[in-house]
Amino acid sequence: MPGAGIRVGITTSEGTRIPLGTRQGGFPDRERLRELRAVYKLRLRRKRLLYRAFRKRRQLGAVSDRTDAIRPGMILGTATMRNEMVRLPYFLEHHRKLGVEHFLIVDNASDDGTREFLADQPDVSLWATSKSYKRARFGLDWLTWLMVKHAHGHWVLTLDADEILIYPYWDTRPLPALTGWLDGQGIEMFPAMMLDMYPKGRLGAQSYAPGQDPTEVLSWFDSGNYTIRRQEPMENLWIQGGVRARHFFTEKPRRAPTLNKVPLVKWNRRFVYVNSTHGILPRRLNRFYDREGGEFASGILLHTKFLDTVIDKSREELERREHFANSALYEAYYETLIEQPDLWCERSSRYLGWRQLEAMGLMSRGTWL
Amino acid sequence: MSVGIIMLVHTALDRAEQVARHWSAAGCPVVIHVDANVPRKTYKAFTKTLGDVPTVRFCQRHKCEWGTWGLVAGTLSASELLLAEFPEVRHVYLSSGSCLPLRPVQELVDYLAARPQTDFIESATTSDVPWTVGGLSDERFTLRFPFSWKRHRYLFDKYVDLQRKIGFKRKVPNGITPHMGSQWWCLTRQTLSAILEDPERDTYDTYFRKVWIPDESYFQTLARLYSTNIESRSLTLSKFDFQGKPHIFYDDHLQLLRRSDCFVARKIWPQANRLYDGFLRDPEGAIKMTEPNPAKIDRIFAKAVERRTQGRQGLYMQSRFPHEGFEHSITSGRYSVFQGFSDLFEDFEPWLAKSTGTQVHGHLYSPERAEFSGGQMVVNGALTDSPALRDYNPTAFLTNLIWNTRGERQCFQLGPADETAPIWFIAKDSNAQVSVISGAWAVPLFKSNRNFADLRQEAARLQKLEAEQLKVLRSVWAKARIRIWTMAEFIEAPMEPLQSIIDEMGQHALRRLTEAPKMADLTGFGQFLQNLKNQGMHPYLMGDFPVSPPGLNQPKPPRKPYLVQ
Repeated sequence: MPGAGIRVGITTSEGTRIPLGTRQGGFPDRERLRELRAVYKLRLRRKRLLYRAFRKRRQLGAVSDRTDAIRPGMILGTATMRNEMVRLPYFLEHHRKLGVEHFLIVDNASDDGTREFLADQPDVSLWATSKSYKRARFGLDWLTWLMVKHAHGHWVLTLDADEILIYPYWDTRPLPALTGWLDGQGIEMFPAMMLDMYPKGRLGAQSYAPGQDPTEVLSWFDSGNYTIRRQEPMENLWIQGGVRARHFFTEKPRRAPTLNKVPLVKWNRRFVYVNSTHGILPRRLNRFYDREGGEFASGILLHTKFLDTVIDKSREELERREHFANSALYEAYYETLIEQPDLWCERSSRYLGWRQLEAMGLMSRGTWL
Repeated sequence: MSVGIIMLVHTALDRAEQVARHWSAAGCPVVIHVDANVPRKTYKAFTKTLGDVPTVRFCQRHKCEWGTWGLVAGTLSASELLLAEFPEVRHVYLSSGSCLPLRPVQELVDYLAARPQTDFIESATTSDVPWTVGGLSDERFTLRFPFSWKRHRYLFDKYVDLQRKIGFKRKVPNGITPHMGSQWWCLTRQTLSAILEDPERDTYDTYFRKVWIPDESYFQTLARLYSTNIESRSLTLSKFDFQGKPHIFYDDHLQLLRRSDCFVARKIWPQANRLYDGFLRDPEGAIKMTEPNPAKIDRIFAKAVERRTQGRQGLYMQSRFPHEGFEHSITSGRYSVFQGFSDLFEDFEPWLAKSTGTQVHGHLYSPERAEFSGGQMVVNGALTDSPALRDYNPTAFLTNLIWNTRGERQCFQLGPADETAPIWFIAKDSNAQVSVISGAWAVPLFKSNRNFADLRQEAARLQKLEAEQLKVLRSVWAKARIRIWTMAEFIEAPMEPLQSIIDEMGQHALRRLTEAPKMADLTGFGQFLQNLKNQGMHPYLMGDFPVSPPGLNQPKPPRKPYLVQ
């Protein structure tokens, strides 16, 4: 029941495509045709990815299926994991506290107790597979299938185990407040850029105890060296930069990791993530930035990759070659990591909380006050 | 005398119950209208839980859809019931299930008792208010709206278009003047009963049934007919964002709401436990008689609208990435770009830093590295001097630098050899102040100890590059504050341009420059240019230099640094 301030126009919303045909009638112009072709190609791509997920559904074996407990309106979390015993306790605690009520997790051949630990959690439904993570589009095929089955109509938070979601007011307003507000605004997604957190001093020299808040160890980040491009035809932003670009990719900035993500989506079974959660189809879900100078609301994924475990993990990655589309390119990156560099520099910023990140312009409240 | 409360409820019934109890515990009778879309079972359970409160009644239910007549119908039924059942009521306060009383109820009762004839209802004519920007304002009252805006948007739009095309216009009955305003009012028994018992009410109801969003105009219009004393404001604090969606209040708004001194606020998030616990307690302390003071909240929310529609200028981030040309300024602060100055003057950078107190960088876009001030390798925001990272996105490098150092003016040098510099971007940026001494790149060549053939080639290259840059800076699209001098022009009277550049930068108090930068010794420069010409290259960007200084063959004493009194 909005009030007197209502602004009702007989206009179509800005995202709506004008139907086929030109203003004066006659043949559709060339640009419109090209646009239609691009849209149709994306549609095919989405269908193909959905079919792919459907074919891989048998790779998953249920370890503990508690999906009966999912009620309408619950906020779900999904993730693929492999040997994440160190991060898991805090990961679950943080996101439970935010208001994720049920987790759908795929375990990819862990041997450090991750699987047993997850199987014991009352709010986790666990599936296991030992198939290739890389060939399952880095786990996305598996998650897509689980979301088709269980997540339709829910707000879903898709994360990696080394990501901690924060957003404006997260410490006083749980996720249902955010999703409720987004629903009221008619918005279906919420972006959160990855922010690489790192320690001061050589990597691996700090110790982290499971369950501890990782920002106590990884308290530093780069605040203002990010580059953004807009990419067609998906219309997503491509954000790069941060400490990894600064330290590992100074010669080949183009290869620096992608940081933009859209982890929180009001899921529909026809949706599909394209490349990790960096991109999503249909493409309207990638338009989470204001193009006319305003600011939409957005959050941050605190990326806890650089815990002391990163050294061993990098060794393992070098052997497994299960990460990224072109593993060879990242060899040098992992080799540098094993040498335990110090990522800190005198212009690093110390993490103080969401208000700081908001003031720095890394995320925004939009109109959510 | 007391205040009667009408509550329009459709969700979060547990909260509605809590608030209803709070009202009635303070002696205010409550009539609740529950949306007919609420299932019968839920409704029954709800009435039962409130069964123990004698002063709570439930009125006939209507289907309430946003923007339709149902909301008015519900309010009318509830008003009739309230006035009939509770004869001691003098003021009727309309609220919703997500409203929360912020001040002790007794304060509201006293406030209204002190103003027994006043109707608090926001009510303004459509032509006088900017609320309905670009949408339907007058047409709310002159067209018909049989289709639901929420469910049948297409039909709604088409039907409006059709009526516009035909030129259809409804007649407003009995010459009443349509007024609009917030739907949350507080009316006296006199005014409200006059509206309810009006012999023409059927006519009005029929008319308003097809008006768009009648809950914002029905009472607002009719109250004008009967009220003797309208105070055109709502006692309910209710904020809307720029799309007309109500702002929601959460736990962290507790202090803000408390300081507003408003009687009632909406809309409250149902799970905001701290708010409900904090405000629904028994009153403590003395009763205040202060006026509601929503000004502070208004300011904060107005700022939020600005943030949403205009954002932070010059910030590029994940949820703000404007089209080119869609904002007022493309960087977040003013900065100055100097071309040729550090070639012509030996100590230009330290001199500039000293006389203006700004950050003075060297050639930020030098091919070797970004020459940050003081030889820094990394500056604010962990922006590094790596040329590859910079050239990967030269514009982002600049916007990042300006954003990271907001509050501190940046100056940097540019030269024709800095090929990756985003010259178009700078030229179009109204925050940029660009000063160019064209042709000054020849001075370092003249001073260098290189073979003349190399010099000639290099001079040709630099001249070509600078000519391109000047073309951009002189383009009609350039919005920066741009000044270009030829070198010959500039050295005629260097202090004047320097003074005006520095005055325009507006750092510190305006004062005269007392010390000039030291100009390079240009003896023989004219000859050097002539030699280039003799080799078939045509240096023209520096202007006309005589081959030999005036007073042929007489060595001139080296020029002293300027000293201006």
